[in-house]
Amino acid sequence: MADFETPELREYPIIPKLKEGVMAHSKPYVAKVQFQEALGFPGELVDNWEEKALEKLDDLRGRYRSLQVYLDSCVKCGACTDKCHYYLGTSDPKNMPVARQDLLRQVYRRYRTFAGKYFPRLVGAKDLTRDVLDDWYSYFHQCSQCRRCSVFCPYGIDTAEISMAAREIMDTIGVGQKYCNEIIGKAATIGNNLGLPEPALADTLEGLEEEVEEDTGVPVKFPLDQKGSEILLVTPSADFFAEPHVDGLIGYAKVFHEAGVSWTMSSYASEAANFGMFIGSYENMRSLSLRIRKAAEDLGVKRIVFGECGHAWRVAYSFLNTLAGPFDFLDPNYPVPQHICEFTYDLIQKDKLKFDKSENDHMTLTFHDSCNVARASRMGDKAGGQFDIPRAIIRAACNNFVDMPADAIGEATFCCGGGGGLLTDDLMELRVKGAQPRMEAYKRVVEDNGVTNVAAICAICKSQFTKVLPYYGFGMTDIVSVHQLVSEALVLSDAPSDDNDSDTEAEA
Amino acid sequence: MSALPVTYAILFYAATLLLVVGLVRKIVLYARTPAPLKIPTTPAPVSRSGVVLRMVHEVVLFTSLFKATKWTWLFGWLFHFGLLLVLLRHLRYFQAETWFWVDLIQPFGKYASYAMVIGLLGLFARRIFVDRVRYISAPSDYLMLLLLIAIGASGMLMTFVTHTDIVMVKGFFLGLLRFSIEPLPSDLLLLTHLTLVALLMIIFPISKLLHAPGVFFSPSRNQVDNPREKRHLAPWAAELEK
Ligand code: SF4
Ligand code: SF4
Repeated sequence: MADFETPELREYPIIPKLKEGVMAHSKPYVAKVQFQEALGFPGELVDNWEEKALEKLDDLRGRYRSLQVYLDSCVKCGACTDKCHYYLGTSDPKNMPVARQDLLRQVYRRYRTFAGKYFPRLVGAKDLTRDVLDDWYSYFHQCSQCRRCSVFCPYGIDTAEISMAAREIMDTIGVGQKYCNEIIGKAATIGNNLGLPEPALADTLEGLEEEVEEDTGVPVKFPLDQKGSEILLVTPSADFFAEPHVDGLIGYAKVFHEAGVSWTMSSYASEAANFGMFIGSYENMRSLSLRIRKAAEDLGVKRIVFGECGHAWRVAYSFLNTLAGPFDFLDPNYPVPQHICEFTYDLIQKDKLKFDKSENDHMTLTFHDSCNVARASRMGDKAGGQFDIPRAIIRAACNNFVDMPADAIGEATFCCGGGGGLLTDDLMELRVKGAQPRMEAYKRVVEDNGVTNVAAICAICKSQFTKVLPYYGFGMTDIVSVHQLVSEALVLSDAPSDDNDSDTEAEA
Repeated sequence: MSALPVTYAILFYAATLLLVVGLVRKIVLYARTPAPLKIPTTPAPVSRSGVVLRMVHEVVLFTSLFKATKWTWLFGWLFHFGLLLVLLRHLRYFQAETWFWVDLIQPFGKYASYAMVIGLLGLFARRIFVDRVRYISAPSDYLMLLLLIAIGASGMLMTFVTHTDIVMVKGFFLGLLRFSIEPLPSDLLLLTHLTLVALLMIIFPISKLLHAPGVFFSPSRNQVDNPREKRHLAPWAAELEK
């Protein structure tokens, strides 16, 4: 399939011995001039890049307390060293979170601390050379910003913050990543990461309406740009056509239908994911968020609900109010924004949804906690709701559910291997190797509990699983959307009661 | 007046000054630098009091480290709490009339030095024997442990083996508090101990020992998880809205 070997799945997760430099060659394509410039970054490596990089580092240290504190506070205790799925899957020591941080920290030390200026060798400080920049480009694009390391660090040092800063520094000196920066450009001009214009969207949604009506006999709507609707749904654009994402979208539509609320999507803000976060750019993250605010205002909605997407939910839950708030023009009785799982869960709590769980009896499910939902956001009003609510939904819609081992779920969940702007074909080796810890945990429940499918609530996880499951001998369709399960089991109250009846009616 | 107490008086005044000024500068820097986004590592407390509890757990019990690795937790905890008791025990050198609880903990503080040094030796062993930890260690990481071990060992030798004239030592430090220079025993072990302690004080604010103030400023630990309820806006971010 590719020019690297898929790692063997082991019985028990083993901490690998270090293999220095084995992933140094892994680098994503560099962004072309026009995409760099569209985001306000230089097109290519600027002449005095060393100086500019240090200037940017200083600027970021002054703007982000996290960066300043994290650069100073690491004691090299090693607690995080075996926590990163990329280290576990590749054995490259520079994929140990602390070593990844040190790629930036060594430069900070060299130029901005007393010890590093006068005793560089003593404290492991290094000059900013082309080699160091190459290491930055390789290894800061081998971090999915999943925050698993941060859970285990005694000071909460979050390598994601360091990676974001490093990527922003690289963008500022003209070395951007193609995948992220092209996507940000598309979302900022067309409205979604895939570059789907309004007519294409309308067309797709119409097709979905027909499909669902054929399937269920119920005219479930997929409204677009409907002014005066109560709810604006913002969902990852992969939901419009990718598998199994689209089955999730059908699930949301059925839930809205059952709830009897008016809702709409927006062609102007047709993307939940915000890639501005991946490159650490507050400004880009903000401009993408403002599109959502504008769509909500223009459409006159009262609530905003987000579809299934991990990093998108982080930006929505944790940052949207900061970036594009205050949302005082929306209905104050609901949190802004809400997750589709919160919405569905509320209805389940109020007994407003009826399920025929046997529809999902051909599957035994497990649930993959998406990293950014798990460690960078919440659902509901209690800490940990992000774990309980999706599971409660799955249990409401399915009879067979088993969790993976405790060290691979909840706050300790493993990233799918494709998050943080790494879901690109030019990083396939990294993606496959980084998925190993998740695949090992999945294998355990497949073998021990007869699990057949894994459900997720993230567009990136779904695409990544579809790609990597086959490398490990699993089926690419093992991955399902949570709202796909809802969609299968939900009994639509206005459905023709059963086939025979409708036949008779037709004859009468 | 002999040169010895004068030298040490200068050393300790300088070390204290560097320590205090260095730490205050860093703390002011951390406090002044805005945290523009809500980034608590979740699940996180949804109230201020919950955060206080989380921090107390983190600082007293090293909760996250416990989740990560039991050996490092054990050695790290032994060292830090040994050190805490030992430091509290040393308060008696700075009080003419010692507080009753300082008297009370004297015997515990004495034996806490064992915990402290055992913890340090354990951490040192991990740094050498675990390949991952060895890889991330710079010379300064080993030296820092050796410095602390040397401080602990010289102190223990004075406590358990060859006693020094602690009345005179106390006189010296009480004198420093009043800006008067009193005699100091010219005991090699004591002088080594004191020199190393002064060295530690000097490097504290320019080394990884900054984790001590840093932990209180870590946004992933000290933020309340309430971004939807309360709008969080940094001053520089508010500028963008104009
Ligand atoms: S944030 Fe995730 S991917 Fe990045 S270093 Fe930490 S554990 Fe690894
Ligand atoms: S756990 Fe934290 S302090 Fe320890 S080595 Fe990793 S980043 Fe540094």
